[in-house]
Amino acid sequence: MTTINRLIQPGVKLIDSIALYEPEHFKLDNGIPVFQINAGTQDMVKIDFVFEAGSYFQEKLQVSKFTNKLLNEGTKSYSSSEIAEKIDYYGAFLEVGSDKDVATVTLYTLNKYLERMLEVMQEVIRFPVFPEHELETYKQNRKQQHIINSEKVKFVSRLKFSELIFGSEHPYGRQFGLHDFEAINREDLLSFHKSRYSSNDCRIIVAGKIHSELISILNVFFGNEEWNTNQEINQIQQRDLEQGERKLHIVKEEALQTAIRIGRPLFNKTHPDYLKLKVVNMVLGGYFGSRLMTNIREDKGYTYGIGSAVVSLHRSGYFFIASEVAGEVAQKAIDEVYREISILHTDKVPGAELRLVKNYMLGQMVRSMDGPFALSDNLRGLLEYGLDNSFFTDYINIVNNISADEIRELARKYLQIDSLFELRVGAR
Amino acid sequence: MIDFKKFELENGLKVIVHKDSSTPIVAMNILYDVGARDEDPEKTGFAHLFEHLMFGGSENIPKYDLPLENAGGENNAFTNNDITNYYLTIPKQNLELAFWLESDRMNQLAFSPKSLDVQRNVVIEEFKQSYLNQPYGDVWLLLRPLAYKVHPYQWSTIGKDISHIENATMEDVKGFYDRFYNPSNAIMVIAGDVDVEQIKLLSEKWFAPITNKGFFKRELPEEPVQKEARALTVERDVPIDAIYKAYHICSRKDANYYATDLISDVLSNGNSSRLYTRLVKEQKLFSEINAYVTGDIDKGLLIVTGKLVKGIKMADAEKAILMEVELLGKTHIEKDELQKVKNKIESSLIFSETSALNKAMNLAYSELMGDADLINQEIGKYSAVTIDDILRISKNIFKAENSSTIYYYAKKQS
Repeated sequence: MTTINRLIQPGVKLIDSIALYEPEHFKLDNGIPVFQINAGTQDMVKIDFVFEAGSYFQEKLQVSKFTNKLLNEGTKSYSSSEIAEKIDYYGAFLEVGSDKDVATVTLYTLNKYLERMLEVMQEVIRFPVFPEHELETYKQNRKQQHIINSEKVKFVSRLKFSELIFGSEHPYGRQFGLHDFEAINREDLLSFHKSRYSSNDCRIIVAGKIHSELISILNVFFGNEEWNTNQEINQIQQRDLEQGERKLHIVKEEALQTAIRIGRPLFNKTHPDYLKLKVVNMVLGGYFGSRLMTNIREDKGYTYGIGSAVVSLHRSGYFFIASEVAGEVAQKAIDEVYREISILHTDKVPGAELRLVKNYMLGQMVRSMDGPFALSDNLRGLLEYGLDNSFFTDYINIVNNISADEIRELARKYLQIDSLFELRVGAR
Repeated sequence: MIDFKKFELENGLKVIVHKDSSTPIVAMNILYDVGARDEDPEKTGFAHLFEHLMFGGSENIPKYDLPLENAGGENNAFTNNDITNYYLTIPKQNLELAFWLESDRMNQLAFSPKSLDVQRNVVIEEFKQSYLNQPYGDVWLLLRPLAYKVHPYQWSTIGKDISHIENATMEDVKGFYDRFYNPSNAIMVIAGDVDVEQIKLLSEKWFAPITNKGFFKRELPEEPVQKEARALTVERDVPIDAIYKAYHICSRKDANYYATDLISDVLSNGNSSRLYTRLVKEQKLFSEINAYVTGDIDKGLLIVTGKLVKGIKMADAEKAILMEVELLGKTHIEKDELQKVKNKIESSLIFSETSALNKAMNLAYSELMGDADLINQEIGKYSAVTIDDILRISKNIFKAENSSTIYYYAKKQS
């Protein structure tokens, strides 16, 4: 056997283009758009129903979440346990979820049971009745869960951070407490459902092995008529960033670790600087080899993990850094965070590091396309912002072409130290 | 059906290749047959600490992550009581880089003192973050030594005691590496748009020259049959009372495993499961409840755990759990109910086979169980379970003398 020289790294080929999967696009008879990703080897599908029904649209706190969670707890034709029994019997999975902007209902099913399961989905999505006793049980259990979660510094920091950066009156910032659970009644859920889960603001995304009869089955259950009507609402748009305290320390005496969040409101995927800022973020804290991780975990051992992210919201967006660090070094860790940001303002990212970040980001894009479910998650993220596959071609171009000068400019423009909010949750 | 090809290098490294041309990435999974169960009782937490050190540089590659990230790849790893598993995904045109990286750290790790210092701290912070600074976070640190008196499953992967990590020396970790990180003790799976001949060439080139530093033969003491019920009462600074019950069950490799797993599903898989409908929805005793099997390679545990609704007495909550689990050993479940949990398992297995990385991990684990093709036999094994099996095995498991219980009380606010 010939000996190999392990010092010589095999060559690496860079990514300058990628074959993008182009989804097929249909409309149901009532106009609901359906996007299809017909890929995959297993005889099953994942179907997402996406509605403009996130917490942004609620008048009373938690109504968006409660409505979403209780969709499958009783409908016109089926009780909660009948729905559970049907879903489980056919080996399907029904998931509900809601965030600040949208609410989703997701079905995973084997194709052989597709029609049966869509009939149940029709009930869940269109005809929920929110039985009083189910609401009470859920309320009780949510309250307990909230009490437990409130012991976790990370949970508290996540909630409070939104309030800190968006303001306690803003729909993205308003925070709930235990008393808000009490205040929810059945009428709130019925009316939120009627005004937000409507055919004129619904989008369906199907991924997996798709059979030709899919559209006609969807039409039977979801496309035959218009249902519910979305109402326009007025919410305040953006807080005045000059107002208010930028630093907050929530004391949890017993905590061994302190949760830290530092960041600010910004913009979303549709902003011309969004993708470029993604590169800045990557250098700072977006991957395992990032500056924050290298300095604060790998060099100092202050934490199990630290990272940063740029988050898109339909009507805003934000940048943040998050970590849980040993309580006694919290201040040191925060100082290091600011130091790393300042370096981005003063020094250009060295060539080798920039190449690394670019290659990593291009690879990340390719890796995010592993399998039909991953493709459908990607697509969902684009459709919510009215974007299409050109977002990925832009991504490749921007990542390949951004310069160290531009990165420094962006850091100076968007990550000024005195524009950042700072939250810590932990011991004094 | 997942097709694969299998071959073995002269040094004993097993290689499995699965072709999936629908994905632009390649997944590489390397499973080392070493877990927390293989640790010295005085030096626990080493398998996991070692997982961290594997990223601290090897003989010819000072930083593992750097070249991988440069090639657009990403990696991670996990350790449990049985195995240490490393995995990466990389755009397919850069596959050889993965061979270079993984073979170098299998061949010779660098062991820098700085890496050991830092990773000790990182693991200690992980210990705090996951076990100490979370409500109920210490429960496994209590439950394991209660349920296991002899077998090394009595400690968690993070270790028995933080001092074991604090005191880890360079000599200790080198010894661990030489003992366990050998080609004959590893299984490598490649999944993606690759062909077997290409993988054979790359494996021969990069992995065949690695020699075994030793051969490890596992000899672990068997846990004696438990003779009487065990219980532990603790009071912690948590808001809600909780209960944890652990019952000894068979090994993951045992023919009875499939029925045992289905028993836990009858109890708590899905919103129509028995514990959820009866104890959460109907009787409102628990705000959440769960039952699952640990699925360990040596004899494992079936866990039933729940958080009590405020105002419910521990004794009443426990009684309700016992009633449900003991019922399974007294009365046959309906055939439909069994069919339901079988259907659910079947679809879960199918849904989990949608990414190259998942398939690579599952193949490696199946091979460790004795045969990579088990991945294709599982559905059949589950579907062969009968209602008699459920009754017989439940009767055997749900006996008071086979149980260890933790009564986890919320500290009274003074």
